[in-house]
Amino acid sequence: MGRYAVRRLLQMIPVFAGATLLVFLMVHVMGDPVAGLCGERQCDPATEARLRQEFGLDKPVWQQYATYMAHVFTGDFGTAFNGQKVIDLMASAFPVTIRLTLVAVVFEVVIGVALGVVMGLRRGRPVDTSVLLLTLVVIAVPTFVTGLLAQLVFGVTWKLVQPSVSFTAPLDELLLPGLVLASVSLAYVTRLTRTSIAENARADYVRTAVAKGLPRHRVITRHLLRNSLIPVVTFIGTDIGALMGGAIVTERIFNIHGVGFQLYQGILRQNTQTVVGFVTVLIIVFLLANLLVDLLYAVLDPRIRYA
Amino acid sequence: MPEPQRTCPAGAVVATLEKPPAHLGDGASTARKPRGLWSDAWHDLRRNPVFVVSALVILFLLAIAAWPSLIASRNPLSCDLALAQEGARPGHPFGFNGQGCDVYTRTVHGARTSVVVGVLATLGVAVTGSVLGALAGFFGGAWDAVLSRIGDVFFGIPVVLGGLVLLSVVSGSTVWPVIGFMVLLGWPQISRIARGSVITVKQNDYVQAARALGASPARILLRHILPNAVAPVIVVATIALGTFIALEATLSYLGVGLKPPTVSWGIDISDASPYIRNSPHMLLWPAGALAVTVLAFIMLGDAVRDALDPKLR
Amino acid sequence: MLLEVRDLSVEFRTRDGIARAVNGVGFGVDAGETLAVLGESGSGKSVTAQAVMGILDTPPARISAGEVLFRGRDLLTLPEERRRGIRGAEMAMIFQDALSSLNPVLSVGAQLGEMFTVHRGMSRKRARAKAIELMDRVGIPAAEDRAGDYPHQFSGGMRQRVMIAMALALEPALIIADEPTTALDVTVQAQIMDLLAELRRELDTALILITHDLGVVADAADRIAVMYAGRIVETAPVRALYKAPAHPYTRGLLDSVPRLDRKGRELYAIKGLPPNPLRVPSGCAFHPRCPVARDICRTDEPPLFDAGEGRHSACHFWRETLDG
Repeated sequence: MGRYAVRRLLQMIPVFAGATLLVFLMVHVMGDPVAGLCGERQCDPATEARLRQEFGLDKPVWQQYATYMAHVFTGDFGTAFNGQKVIDLMASAFPVTIRLTLVAVVFEVVIGVALGVVMGLRRGRPVDTSVLLLTLVVIAVPTFVTGLLAQLVFGVTWKLVQPSVSFTAPLDELLLPGLVLASVSLAYVTRLTRTSIAENARADYVRTAVAKGLPRHRVITRHLLRNSLIPVVTFIGTDIGALMGGAIVTERIFNIHGVGFQLYQGILRQNTQTVVGFVTVLIIVFLLANLLVDLLYAVLDPRIRYA
Repeated sequence: MPEPQRTCPAGAVVATLEKPPAHLGDGASTARKPRGLWSDAWHDLRRNPVFVVSALVILFLLAIAAWPSLIASRNPLSCDLALAQEGARPGHPFGFNGQGCDVYTRTVHGARTSVVVGVLATLGVAVTGSVLGALAGFFGGAWDAVLSRIGDVFFGIPVVLGGLVLLSVVSGSTVWPVIGFMVLLGWPQISRIARGSVITVKQNDYVQAARALGASPARILLRHILPNAVAPVIVVATIALGTFIALEATLSYLGVGLKPPTVSWGIDISDASPYIRNSPHMLLWPAGALAVTVLAFIMLGDAVRDALDPKLR
Repeated sequence: MLLEVRDLSVEFRTRDGIARAVNGVGFGVDAGETLAVLGESGSGKSVTAQAVMGILDTPPARISAGEVLFRGRDLLTLPEERRRGIRGAEMAMIFQDALSSLNPVLSVGAQLGEMFTVHRGMSRKRARAKAIELMDRVGIPAAEDRAGDYPHQFSGGMRQRVMIAMALALEPALIIADEPTTALDVTVQAQIMDLLAELRRELDTALILITHDLGVVADAADRIAVMYAGRIVETAPVRALYKAPAHPYTRGLLDSVPRLDRKGRELYAIKGLPPNPLRVPSGCAFHPRCPVARDICRTDEPPLFDAGEGRHSACHFWRETLDG
């Protein structure tokens, strides 16, 4: 198990290097960061040269990347052009987005898994068919449309919630945005759980459990669920990273000052340090979530553990 | 993002009591004439209402994408600010948008952009992904390791995030940067599937037999492996087509996708969002068209998957 | 009589119509007796066993008629909760494929121990001790160390021993073994059959052995019931049946077994295929394949004739067949 974890960790390193380099290069060609710095007017050449040197922009790009990564590993994500430390921006933005993501994951687990189990056990009945159709509709409507409509209906028409979230983003105000963020994944979790349950319900070992004379609830919880939820857990784990990345849209709609908001601002203002810093952290989160999933998978499925 | 592949416990033989003809022995096989995978799937699909409805929706969509003036003869770019945000009236069933353009005309003309982006991005992803995946799966070893790691790198970048960063660089109002970006981040998904099915097919006895008989790798790949690996790729690609259309709209909403004067549902939804409180019709029509389109492709892919994979029934 | 099945019929609803998988089957098993149910795949023998156990998937299956009397009670009318208490404790089942029939994510010890915690209310610790004791009893080496292992870590033979241990855990009066050795290597098959026979004798358990393998039957069973197309076509004590079958189908089965004393002769094969359960032939279901079929076989369904000496045959011409 320990060796497995170490091996997976080592496999992550080239992926991390590749992904961050890719983003670094993207941002590098994003445009001239100095050009936007002097406001509307043209910078004078002397100031421009000084700024370039100050930010190390006169060096070749691979050298800039190496220097940047070296700094990142000491916890230094650099300074945005407006003088704010990127790490400070992160300190204010990440807690908000993590809260939002957690709300979304809770929705996925509670609603998605519960619906999926019920549907899987009642396959082909009206409940199953109608929820199945509903999940397709949810998947088909892009999150930003869902978000705008939810905001319109719950925030404006029914006035159940504030249409936009306040700066501190308390948990209760994040319920609706969290549900919107979770919506598509929630539909996937429901479908995945349903398929998995329905498939495993016909498995031989479930028949054995029934033949052993176990009570129905025990057959379901101890034998059926344990096996069926393995792919679901995998999906939810990988989804955590995707949710944090996807929060850009939700945060924009509900005016939440999280990671997506800062990234969006960074891109609009061509603030390379902010963009690279945030994206790097997001990629780390994404990869760690994947690693966690792999390890969890091994814990849940002994066939992997001893392979 | 199509549904993740289900992981099936190794060796779990599903009790087939739900299908007695298979369970109750060989005698049953005489009841129906044997058919190939594709003709069998087609036989099932024609009787599946989900397939028929979604296929009709898609055909209609393709038709208005090719000839939008068939049902909307006005120019989507000729607008009258005096009519801005007006509701429906005779001749203008969907009302007007913020610039006073006819929402009906723009919604009809927006179909072309979505179809072009969806189809081209899917083709690009399917071709790139299948070729790279098939090569990785067939040759294995170093090829496989390098291609899979590169795929992991692109897979490691959240789509919306990558789009925001990359597309903010490339300006211009053509659809090409958007399509290029989708291919760049989308191919690993198809490549993984193609790789997986090539590896599975490669181990089949008839392929081993062909190899033992001295068939060349190219012949084995083209004649024996590709025809069998193509089904799962088609299924995922169909569903992906829908999600690419949705992604285009999302990127346009974030201001990094397509830009005016291109007529696109994403741009119209984005433009309408500030007015949502007072004039929701501006948003609902293009959003509805978008949702129906994406839904049609996802349901089509779902139906095709069910037809091609008899185990799931 | 420990178990008596009367007139049992099971249907499956399919897209192409109703398949009658089991059609008016009746048989009895005495305490301590071994009954072999012989038939090709699709003859309805497994469905019969699952109906007796009460583990049929309903729907698509439906028990349309019959009684299953176990110790005098009709199991089919018993409430599910009562029935559950009987399953595993009073009658148990051994399946063909032990790998897929054992839960892949639970340790073998936990799956065995579950019998004791659920049915006997034992603590987990005591249940574990009992599980190890059982594993030891069915001949799994180093039982104590292996109780924490998972099914995929055992060999095929050892896994089937675990299945047997699970079935015997609560010392049931009846065990139904559905093709217990089909998935195993020939050398292991004999070991498993011996183990089953030995434990069965020790505990005086009745056994219903479902198989398509005539070789397995000869040594293990007291009586045989031969099934064809969802019906019992012949029942007889083992020796009598082997000596002189009273149904052409049984004769065909016996003749298609390679035998040393008929060396050099061409091996017999029953012509044709087993019938489609959706379209079972009229009259005697075997008539299209039967070498002695006459007009009456096409029109009249033969009842199970009493052929004396505890034998029954569902053939209009059982006398002629019996005389050879």
